[in-house]
Amino acid sequence: MDFVSAAISIVFHGLAFAMVLYIISVGLSVTMGLMGFANLAHGVFAMAGGYLTTTLMNNHGVPFGFALLAAAITVALISIVLERLLYSRLYGAGELEQVLFTIGLIFMSVAVVRYIWGPLPQRMVLPEMLRGQLDLGFRAFPTYRTFLIAVSLALILALWLGIERTNFGAQVRAAVDNRRMAESLGINTGRLFTLTFALGSGLAALGGGLGADLLAINPAYAFEYLVYFLMVVAVGGLGSIRGPFVAAVLLGVSDTAFKYLVPEIGAFVIYIAVIGLLLWRPAGLFGRA
Amino acid sequence: MFHRLSPDDPPVEQMVQSHKLRPLELLPWLAIVGAYFAFPEYLSLGSQILLTVVFALSLDLILGYAGIITLGHSAFFGVGAYTAGIYALHISGEPLSGLVVAALAAGLVGLASGLVILRTHGLTLLMLTLAFLFLIHEIANKAGFITGGADGLQGIAMQEIFGQFRFDMFGRTAYVYSAVVLFIVWLFARLLVHSPFGRSLTGIRENVTRMHAIGTPVRRRLVIIYTISAMIAGIAGALLTHTTQFVGLNVLSFERSGEIVIMLILGGIGRLYGAFVGAAVFMIAQDELAKADPVFWYFWIGLLLVLIVMFARGGILGLVDQARRWLRRRV
Repeated sequence: MDFVSAAISIVFHGLAFAMVLYIISVGLSVTMGLMGFANLAHGVFAMAGGYLTTTLMNNHGVPFGFALLAAAITVALISIVLERLLYSRLYGAGELEQVLFTIGLIFMSVAVVRYIWGPLPQRMVLPEMLRGQLDLGFRAFPTYRTFLIAVSLALILALWLGIERTNFGAQVRAAVDNRRMAESLGINTGRLFTLTFALGSGLAALGGGLGADLLAINPAYAFEYLVYFLMVVAVGGLGSIRGPFVAAVLLGVSDTAFKYLVPEIGAFVIYIAVIGLLLWRPAGLFGRA
Repeated sequence: MFHRLSPDDPPVEQMVQSHKLRPLELLPWLAIVGAYFAFPEYLSLGSQILLTVVFALSLDLILGYAGIITLGHSAFFGVGAYTAGIYALHISGEPLSGLVVAALAAGLVGLASGLVILRTHGLTLLMLTLAFLFLIHEIANKAGFITGGADGLQGIAMQEIFGQFRFDMFGRTAYVYSAVVLFIVWLFARLLVHSPFGRSLTGIRENVTRMHAIGTPVRRRLVIIYTISAMIAGIAGALLTHTTQFVGLNVLSFERSGEIVIMLILGGIGRLYGAFVGAAVFMIAQDELAKADPVFWYFWIGLLLVLIVMFARGGILGLVDQARRWLRRRV
């Protein structure tokens, strides 16, 4: 019984972590697949979402849901400006330029955030409703994490339906598969890039705000979790929407499991597993080689 | 791409002759010797700069010449630093054998990780360099019985070099020691990049498909240069241990990896001397500016990177080249 209970608990906590990872990373995967852009600064959008959400809640008394929404929309709008002004100039550039440029953005964001909010992690005060435990009949689960999983699943469903069923989604898929062909069919890929970029950044902001209690919002956020976001995208397969989901679940659950069961070597296992997996499939689980 | 054949590039005859030593190449050495006499009170900063140049040179071999983008290069620097520290504590405080042991250890780690990660490319390769760095950082953190964990390795006592030159408190020996090591590394790196092997690396960077097509064993070449680069990075790490007589976990930090890339970009990649210029400019600026306002130091570094990528892709030396070409056209 103890074993089963521990296993359930690990899977549950792992899933909550995985959902946050996925919502943040999926935009990065699409940017990589669609524009071939190595946007290492993707975590900055998640961090911005986290800071905006916590500030709106703590200092202005905005309810959690509205704060999240406002943060996501603000970040998406800012990202449109950044994409038009800066990113779009580097679409054809080499990988090194993109990496350097986005690292530069991270450095600047670290400094700006430290200047405004100071070096300490942000306090996340959950609304009354989301505290404590939620009894699901057979056992009780922490309410916040249950909420996190439920909201994320709903979001993911909406995202997948949007990509599969809408005209916009079809255009995105067409452009990922064959950009030139899509362009010659009259799809405005420039606008598509901007919209997709904004969507991905908005989602990242949402993930940052939703997960603020899991991934602590601090100035080094974009560097600290970068390797996690990259692992999700690389293991899932660049450009894929579902691959990163599977990768995030694998990563989230196994990371939680090993850190819980063998804390002394917990962090190694995950890196070694990822390295092994990419040796076996260099293009990731769902990537096209 | 940073390097592309263009009308501005030198004609073929010049490229064939490019291995010959030009008078300008003596300039850094004049500066290094001159600084020893001109700034006796800054020698410890000086030796830090010199060992950072060694580190940046090692990065230039893989990033500038072979085109391997890495954010985990401090892994090898750290392995070298820890190996030198552990060797000095438990086996012998003799520095030169310590350098050799550190280079071998770092080379071994470089070979092992190179065999794995160089099978991938692009973002995946970048992520794996990071994953390896974090892996090694974690090992150093957890294996406290040998590495000292978060406290680092303390109480390292170095013997005299050749049994003659004691590491003095003014940093004179450390400076000369670092400069001599840098000189040897530079000679070797210069020989390497102008050799057929070095030229084939540039070929791999510029057009990997063509290199495959003409029968170059691409992956083997990359693994070899990755291993060599790791050894040199390990030597730089060992120099840090020898000159500061302390090793902490920060030798394996992501910041160190990122900063060395920035220094190299700042100086100019794929030209050996970018490492000299970039490391010197960056570290002197850091020494002057960062103490006053460490937060905004990072802001300026970030802005500088963005500006370099947007406007000055060849770094400082690239700008110098442009200025010289412009002058030549005017005259």
